[in-house]
Formats: sequence, C-alpha cells, structure tokens
Amino acid sequence: MALNADFIGRSYPASAPYLVGREKVREFARALGVTDAVSLDVDAARERGYSDLVAPPTYAIRLSMAAAEAVVMDPDLGLDYTRVVHGDQRFEYSRPIVAGDELVCTVTIDGIRSVAGNDMLTTRADIATTDGEHVVTSYSVLVARGTDGGSA
Amino acid sequence: MTGIEVGYELPEKEFSITRETLIRYAGASGDFNVIHWNQRVATEVGLPDVIAHGMLTMGLAIQVVTEWIDDSSRLLEYGCRFTRPVVVPDDGAGAIVRVTGSVTAVDDDVATVTLKAICDSVTVLGKATARVRIG
Repeated sequence: MALNADFIGRSYPASAPYLVGREKVREFARALGVTDAVSLDVDAARERGYSDLVAPPTYAIRLSMAAAEAVVMDPDLGLDYTRVVHGDQRFEYSRPIVAGDELVCTVTIDGIRSVAGNDMLTTRADIATTDGEHVVTSYSVLVARGTDGGSA
Repeated sequence: MTGIEVGYELPEKEFSITRETLIRYAGASGDFNVIHWNQRVATEVGLPDVIAHGMLTMGLAIQVVTEWIDDSSRLLEYGCRFTRPVVVPDDGAGAIVRVTGSVTAVDDDVATVTLKAICDSVTVLGKATARVRIG
C-alpha cells in the first residue's frame, strides 16, 4: 500500500506545551540506569551550571513520538499503524532538555518512500521552548512492513 | 578535552536488560507497545519473544558517550538504526548488550564517535554515531 505522497513537506501546528517535570526526568534516568548525578540530584545539576535536573539525551523522544503519532494516524496518509516499526532515529541538539523547560513540538513530514515493499516515512520534530529557543530536533524513520513479512 | 584522536577507544559498558527493565522503561517513556511486555502478542506477530524498545537500547548505548564527555551539553547529534531486535526472555537473566565506542573522525573541535551495540553476538544498532564538541 503506497502512502499519500501529497503529505511530503506538510507541517502540523505545534503541540500543546509540555512541561518537563523533575520527577519525570529522574524516573527516565533511573529506567536507563543513569548514575550521573546531573540527572538525579538538583544540587549537583546546579553546581554544574544547570537550572535543574538534566534529562538524558533520548528523553526528547517522549515529545517527538507523541506529536508524530497524531500525524501518522491521519487516515488520509494511509499508514497502517499496526505494521509500523521504528527504523531509524536521530537527534540534533542545541542544548540538553532540563526540568522546568516548557516545550512545544512542531512536526513536519520530511519524506515518504517505498523500499522493497515497505513504506518508509521520515518525520522531523522541532522541539523548542515556548519562548522560541530551539532545544532539539528529532528525525524518525517509521517503517510500515509490507504484508509479505520482512525483518522486525 | 584535548588530545582526542581518531582511533581513541571509549571505556565500554555492559547493560543487562530484563523484563523489569522493559516495564520500567515503558512507564518512564510512555511507550506501552505490547510487544515490549506481552509474550503472547509478541509471538503472535512473529517475534521470537518480547523485545526491548529500540529507544531503550539507544538510550543505554549513549551512556558510553555521556560518561566520557561528562557533560551532555557537548552532545551535538546522536543517531542510529534499529537493525535487529533485542530479545528479552523471561528466564531471570534477560539480555546483555555490550556497547563499545571509538572516535572515527575529528574535525576542528568536533569528534565523531561510532558506537557498536552487540547482543548475543549480533549487532543491534546500525550506524550508531554521536557528534560531540571536544573543544
């Protein structure tokens, strides 16, 4: 099933602001087994010059995937979400996410192509503060496996 | 950070991923896809067993870099492909992922680190690279 190529270049309105919670950062860091105090201990973070706990680098996926999901569920795009796997992920950072940041995420569909019977969708999620300061951009390739199988 | 040259090897790390790790990560990340915690559904869709979230493996692997640079504000870019799933059996031992990293390019004050993540002798992340500011 081919995806609707009219979606290439399409941008969606910014998501509602996401307030990065200190305990969420701590929970995410603990789930990854992070031992660096900068993500666990507010005093340690402040001694290192941050205003609050520093989120691990992949924390941005919480925002970008939630925002992208709303987009890829658009029935006009034609993506069968039950067959989707995450193929590829890249982040470009201006700075780390810090607890207390209020962030908005703007998703753009960067590319659509078909490779060996699999549909591949590249989304770009620009994550910035509500004041407009860029923090991180997340590029995700989602692969909808063809119905004849393929690797997981 | 000075004297960083191509070929420099970062201290490697080994991560144990059990079902408990997956459940903790699901809760912390908000990714509740059933293939990461429900063996019945995982095998129904053709997987050998429950598999780890790709983003979990990605989040573990970058610790080789963040512990080395000791300041994640030096991290400029991080990306990878999810080439093979990390299968996490419910056997009390789980899966072991070993991550190594080496500097593969230095351009002015930016170093490129190439990471390798191996589980059961299989590379689970492809083209895993991080660019870090070393100046």
